[in-house]
Amino acid sequence: MTSLTPPNAQFDHLDDHVADHGAEHPDHRMFGLATFLVADAMTFAGFFAAYLTFRAVNPLMPGAIYELELPLPTLNTILLLVSSATFHRAGVNLRRQNNERCRLWLMLTAFLGLGFLASQMVEYFTLPFGLTDNLYASTFYALTGFHGLHVTLGTLMILIVWWQCRSPSGRVTASNHFPLEAAELYWHFVDGIWVILFVILYLI
Amino acid sequence: MTITAPQKTAPTSPSLQPEGWLRYLSFSVDHKVIGIQYLVCGFAFYLIGGAMAGAIRTELLSPVSDFMARDVYNQILTLHGTVMIFLWIVPVVNGAFGNYLIPFYVGARDMAYPRLNAVAFWLIPPAGLMLISSYFITGAAQSGWTAYPPLSITTPATGQIIWILSVLLLGGSSIFGGINFIATILKLRRPGLKLMQLPMYCWAMLGTSILVVLSTPVLAGTLIMLSFDIVAHTGFFNPGMGGNVVVYQHLFWFYSHPAVYIMVLPAFGLVSEILPVHCRKPLFGYTTMVYSIMAIVGLGLVVWAHHMFTSGTPPWMRLFFTIATAFIAVPTGIKFFNWLATLWGGRISLNSAVLFSCGFIVNFVLGGITGVALAQVPFDVHVHDTYFVVAHFHYIVYGGSVFVIFASIYHWYPKITGRMLDEHLGRLHFLLTFVGFNLCFAPQHWLGLNGMPRRGAEYDPQFQLVNQISSAGALLMAISTLPFLWNVIASAFYGAIAGDNPWRALTPEWLTSSPPPVENWKGEPPLVTHPYGYGTPANEIDLNSASGSDLWRGGQ
Repeated sequence: MTSLTPPNAQFDHLDDHVADHGAEHPDHRMFGLATFLVADAMTFAGFFAAYLTFRAVNPLMPGAIYELELPLPTLNTILLLVSSATFHRAGVNLRRQNNERCRLWLMLTAFLGLGFLASQMVEYFTLPFGLTDNLYASTFYALTGFHGLHVTLGTLMILIVWWQCRSPSGRVTASNHFPLEAAELYWHFVDGIWVILFVILYLI
Repeated sequence: MTITAPQKTAPTSPSLQPEGWLRYLSFSVDHKVIGIQYLVCGFAFYLIGGAMAGAIRTELLSPVSDFMARDVYNQILTLHGTVMIFLWIVPVVNGAFGNYLIPFYVGARDMAYPRLNAVAFWLIPPAGLMLISSYFITGAAQSGWTAYPPLSITTPATGQIIWILSVLLLGGSSIFGGINFIATILKLRRPGLKLMQLPMYCWAMLGTSILVVLSTPVLAGTLIMLSFDIVAHTGFFNPGMGGNVVVYQHLFWFYSHPAVYIMVLPAFGLVSEILPVHCRKPLFGYTTMVYSIMAIVGLGLVVWAHHMFTSGTPPWMRLFFTIATAFIAVPTGIKFFNWLATLWGGRISLNSAVLFSCGFIVNFVLGGITGVALAQVPFDVHVHDTYFVVAHFHYIVYGGSVFVIFASIYHWYPKITGRMLDEHLGRLHFLLTFVGFNLCFAPQHWLGLNGMPRRGAEYDPQFQLVNQISSAGALLMAISTLPFLWNVIASAFYGAIAGDNPWRALTPEWLTSSPPPVENWKGEPPLVTHPYGYGTPANEIDLNSASGSDLWRGGQ
């Protein structure tokens, strides 16, 4: 049956489109970023699956060298885990409207990220194999390189947020902290991927 | 059914976009404009891909390679597959109708991320032009749309790299679109509208977008590895360097089997919108439709290796993937019988939209049956890489998706333009397409069963007659485009005025003017809790007011 009921007053306060274009839309940007990170994680999953399959069914050709040292990647793991914590502190301080403290923690996080990248570089230059030497080597560089690209982007994001929250009335503030939250979620994601990568590439 | 009358608010006159036809060439963020952009752009690529199909069928008129050189044939074949999948069907069933309809269906003014939406569309034309231009630069890729190594590593590199770059761009566009659809459907619903009250196309697009987000990135990673093999001479997929080609196939099909559902699930949704309107009956089995879509999404992710039964897959893998694939027939069958039950006893208005929808049902069940057959290992190893497979997947993607695209154009053209399409030309279009399609592809089953391999420019002379029959069907399909093109162009200027709701439909996009205003509805979006509330006893439903045209007028 058709009933033409008057406008449902009970929904009026919920309707985000009542005044429509003038009013603020609810913020779904974090949801979109999280969905994108699911997609990004699937890219890594594809790389991991390829690596594990190669390890399982493709023995190295005779004479091929594929040896990894543990100290540097362990240091890298610690750097990234600590950087997640420092990023969290930055967010806490921003919400307390303590922009100076927030920027200090952000800069520390960025330095930890740069430290990770530098340490990764040192590892690359000291490894006894190159990109095209053998199958495992190629996959190693593809995986760590793709992850390093993510760390590079994340570090750039941190520096941008650091710049944006320089003033309490600036682009990133306690009331508008999306850029910081987005960069933080991304950074935690990159850390999480590193932990999986560390286990699969170095420990197994 | 219940429709809440729109609130009487003074209409604002926002001008968020450039006016006139030029907005279709602009970076517009209006979901309706973007939908049309996807549709027209996709159709242009359909004509290009169709011309390539014509060249292929012309070459196959004779058993020898006489119409074009063999490597040109390989390039045309590769471009045909890539253009039709990535530039026509995926962008149109997802991007075009998804963008146009989903915001209406959830009761929103636009998609969740309008700018990302525009970016997703504007990745497509450059990627498509780049792909096609590779033919004129150094020759296009020659390894088929699957780009299997070692073939893709040993064929000329430039064309292959351009192919990879454009597919990466198109994949990015697809992922951005998928994120947008998920957020719009889950987060932008009008207050009071529950998930199980959404029109079926929303569910189809939700399922499709989940597949897009989960599987497309894997293809992207795989193609990046493949490009490393080509450019940097790594050996991921190069057996000569200790690599593994089968890993490529696994990763490729992890995307490309779900890609089949990315092409047909939205088509399922669109048919589920079209049939109830023209049969004046509720969609049969709404809940089972929803669950079967989700079952297809789940199963669709774990059946990819049925494309690889001849790639040295171990027995346990063959067993698992055969069973999983056969299971997909269950939810698909549920949907099939639900459509039949929707038609059953309805007051069917047999117009072009319904004819194409029924054509879809017939073609799709044939393609589905051969699909179940191909999932069986003993049969598959026999017909693998033969024309039987070609016939099967054209029944799915052309007989399925493309028929639904045409049905949807006949159904929503009045909403988009405010004018009706010519029904006589529409029926002629359907007749030519249906006869041409079946004449072209049905004989290919026979060719495949008798051992004609796919992808080749030359074949055993005993197959010549059947190939010529198939080519005659292709010619009919080419001709069928002419009445359609004439119809959509002429009707835009001279077609009968459609009115706001010519089909007396109940879904929300019809409860506004045709074409709709920029903000979709004047006033508050209607709350449609029963989008398929047709066929309630005649004395209880007043179809004229249920059509909703009074509702939106009342809103002004």
